[in-house]
Amino acid sequence: MLDIRVPVAVMFGAMGALLTGYGVFGDQSIYGRSLGININLVWGSVLLAFAACLLILSARARSRRGDQR
Amino acid sequence: MTLTWLDWLLMLVYFGFVLGIGVALKGKTTTSSAFFQAGRAIPAWVCGLAFISANLGAQEIIGMAASGAKYGIATSHFYWVGAIPAMVFLGVFMMPFYYGSRARSVPEYLRLRFDEKTRAFNAVSFALMTVFSSGISMYAMAKLLQILHVFDAPFAALGIGPEYIFHIAVVSSALVVLVYVLLGGLSSAIYNEVLQFFLIVAGFAPLVYLGLRDAGGWSGIVRTLPPAFTHAWVGLGSAATNPMGVDAFGVAMGLGFVLSFGYWCTDFLVVQRAMAADSMTAARRTPLIAAFPKMAFPFLVVMPGLIALSVHGGVVPIKVYEGTTTAILDALGKPQLDYDLTAPTLMLRYFPTGMLGIGLTALLASFMSGMAGNVTAFNTVWTYDIYQAYLRPKATDAHYLWIGRMATVFGIAASVLTAYVAAQFNNIMDVLQLVFAFVNAPLLATFLLGMFWKRTTGHGAFAGLVAGTCAAALHHGLTLPAGAVAGVKGGWLGTLSTYPSEMAQNFWTAIDAWTICFLVTVAVSLVTRPRDERELSGLVYSLTERPRDAQLPWHRRPAVLGVVVLAATFLLNLVFF
Repeated sequence: MLDIRVPVAVMFGAMGALLTGYGVFGDQSIYGRSLGININLVWGSVLLAFAACLLILSARARSRRGDQR
Repeated sequence: MTLTWLDWLLMLVYFGFVLGIGVALKGKTTTSSAFFQAGRAIPAWVCGLAFISANLGAQEIIGMAASGAKYGIATSHFYWVGAIPAMVFLGVFMMPFYYGSRARSVPEYLRLRFDEKTRAFNAVSFALMTVFSSGISMYAMAKLLQILHVFDAPFAALGIGPEYIFHIAVVSSALVVLVYVLLGGLSSAIYNEVLQFFLIVAGFAPLVYLGLRDAGGWSGIVRTLPPAFTHAWVGLGSAATNPMGVDAFGVAMGLGFVLSFGYWCTDFLVVQRAMAADSMTAARRTPLIAAFPKMAFPFLVVMPGLIALSVHGGVVPIKVYEGTTTAILDALGKPQLDYDLTAPTLMLRYFPTGMLGIGLTALLASFMSGMAGNVTAFNTVWTYDIYQAYLRPKATDAHYLWIGRMATVFGIAASVLTAYVAAQFNNIMDVLQLVFAFVNAPLLATFLLGMFWKRTTGHGAFAGLVAGTCAAALHHGLTLPAGAVAGVKGGWLGTLSTYPSEMAQNFWTAIDAWTICFLVTVAVSLVTRPRDERELSGLVYSLTERPRDAQLPWHRRPAVLGVVVLAATFLLNLVFF
């Protein structure tokens, strides 16, 4: 069966990378509306961290299944 | 606020993954059981997230923020009094019968427990309801995207007028859902619902964070809004002291019991997700796992409503006549607020490009998960409970698989049609919601009696359902919410009494329908011949061996999870008392 953690992680990894990248290199004058917080950078990093967690969980589950066999 | 390449790219990434999951599952979907039941092979946590996500359609996301702005934090009663206890009940007490009976759908359980006519009644009304609600959800979302005007500029650049945004939104989202359900069936819908669940959280969590910061935190909201908006229970002593116009009994009985248990425990749309689990304990844990994130959802979907009321003197936009800037006034001559725009307005207010792409994708995701939920429930009920039951009973498995795929196409086409019908008639949504209330509320009494009283008979169940539905119609026809005109809002048979709000009327219609169904089912059952007890094993509580959980670790035992969930919910009610 498909391990859904992997595609979800890859998608959020891609979205997180896009947001973080824009937060670092993009126009810095657009954050007035988000109360001065660079929300792209902040939330992009959160999404990247989430993606990493999912990948770790998935790898652990796979190695545990491997052990059982 | 205009969209940039970044927002488009983020939406594109989402579309790519949603379709990719469908393609990845295509090879595995070769039998009707794989297509309709996901092969009963999905892990509990995946089913659990899909269970919430299928319910998080566009109407839920838009509607909860709207009610948050209209009624305040008491809206969370839909979660903390309504959904959570019902989900615990489903997991601990009802799932053993759904999963253990090997029924493939909720109507099929009704056939096993009662008889063909009860199943047919439920199958037909449920199939119609799913098509209508996915159509209405589609209409609501497309309308929203049009009113937001974020897509005006990019479409104008392509030479497409803003009036086409509605059509493009309807057709493109319908096509995406069609493709991934057609390819992978229920597994595809469920796996995508997990993706969509996380995306909805990813889009709404930063919105609430920024909004709360702007409002000065929860204490800031408490300072700016009247107390009735920030306390869930304090105003419920009497119907006159809270914005919903309902007292504590109406909330507990109408919403907490009849409406919520009726929806979460008997609606195949959500139950189907739990029935796809890979074992009995996984199926029972599904709604319990779902209950944990569900508990926190008021903070994501209701809170935006309170934020929008509180910041900068209130930012909920005023309702205008279509295509103009003229405000629609209420009976007192004050401009009406367009509550449905609450959440998206906040997104446009706080999200810069990039984050806005995620926010819009979250709206699209919620919409698609709700629609796919309806469509997978529809194609299963149509194929197993209508086509196989009455039209062609002994065909090959490949034939039913093919019929299921055709039903998917038909279901989506019918939803699109409903979306356009809804766009033509102003009050069709009210009419349909009414029909749902008429059908769903009595059904709960039928299930409770069927599962927990072995004496209940098929004739009793059927008579009760019909009587309950008529009672709902009668109650609605004789009462009216304050300030409404007789018609779809009620009172079409004359007005015997008025309620302070539509919600109050709704709750009492449900309570009435449930009570009548319960009484009639009991009465008719007592005078008709009961089924042989041997036939009811696995279908009725007292004649079924209890599932044994003692060998499971405590954190996997449904009863333990249920108690933890209820205790946490109780605490939430106290905190926001």
